[in-house]
Amino acid sequence: MSYTSPTIEAIERAHLRKDLPEFRAGDTVKVHALISEGGKERVQIFEGVCIHRKRGGARGSFTVRKMSHGVGVERVWPEASPLVVNVELVNRGKVRRGKLYYLRGLRGNAARIKTKLGAYASTLAIDGAQTDADSEAVPAEGAPE
Amino acid sequence: MNLQPGLIAKKLGMTQLFLPDGTRVPVTVLSVKGNTVTAHRTTERDGYTALQVGFEEQKASRMTKADLGRFGKAEISPRKHVREFRVSADVLANHPVGQDISLDLFAEGAAVDVTGTSKGKGFQGVMKRHNMRGKPATHGVHEYFRHGGSIGCRLTPGRVQKGKRMGGQMGNVRKTEQNLTIAKVLPEEGVLLVRGSIPGSNSSIVTLRLSHKAALRAQHAAARGKK
Repeated sequence: MSYTSPTIEAIERAHLRKDLPEFRAGDTVKVHALISEGGKERVQIFEGVCIHRKRGGARGSFTVRKMSHGVGVERVWPEASPLVVNVELVNRGKVRRGKLYYLRGLRGNAARIKTKLGAYASTLAIDGAQTDADSEAVPAEGAPE
Repeated sequence: MNLQPGLIAKKLGMTQLFLPDGTRVPVTVLSVKGNTVTAHRTTERDGYTALQVGFEEQKASRMTKADLGRFGKAEISPRKHVREFRVSADVLANHPVGQDISLDLFAEGAAVDVTGTSKGKGFQGVMKRHNMRGKPATHGVHEYFRHGGSIGCRLTPGRVQKGKRMGGQMGNVRKTEQNLTIAKVLPEEGVLLVRGSIPGSNSSIVTLRLSHKAALRAQHAAARGKK
């Protein structure tokens, strides 16, 4: 990524989500998202497979895909969006791609993702925490973003 | 003419903010720290009224003696960038020489005009420069894929009309983006977040003034109110 001014980094750090669990493409997640309905707001839970996760701290986004009555439904959220109340990690998937767009062409058993065993190494998923820790320990390496 | 007071700013780059309803707001981050009035231009002395504003401190050793003299006279530390803002005489009185321009003028939601030098694209053809369509890639077209078509008639008028859009230098010109809203002000950091994009590359110097059109609108509204 190109150079980002420290001022902008500070502004973005304020928007970083540290409350979301670590999840990556292939994982099944429940997204608790705010939706407004008839002037009222309520939390809707959208459960599906995360097929894309764009890192980038506060600028990151992710896509969750599910089959709803035989129709594929995908929703994209910016990670920093206030509409994303919470993300629950339901299941970790064993995948070999970073972006699972190929799932769009598959249905039924073919679109199933095997469960990956074992826990994630840490809670390093939080991009900001990772960035901070890394940059403090090894300043020469710089931020992974 | 825009007679609104303004600031010199450095474009730091772009990022995004979120409104509580989830709307994503693209913003340009501008550093405006240390905008100081370095001199006044007055009708008696110069024939017009303007604020001279300095931005970004500079080592005294990098300045010419003439410049040092000017800053010394105003008793402020030397600045890298100096611009003039044409303002009315009463605005001049509110901003004495040597005083920093307060960010209070630029409240959240205020409309501003940002002027800068757009990114230079070099010598470009008509497709990129004027969004002409070029010619099809097939159907027997050869050697005219990116041309703009005919540029004129025959014996009458026997010349190409003035102002015919052709290839040439694109970008690297002074551009003003009008009516941008201020999305957020961070007074401690001396940073303004302006909604949308502004001309120029990151770390380029731009000038930012309260919106000319907003001032006109206010003026017209006041005139209507009087009637």
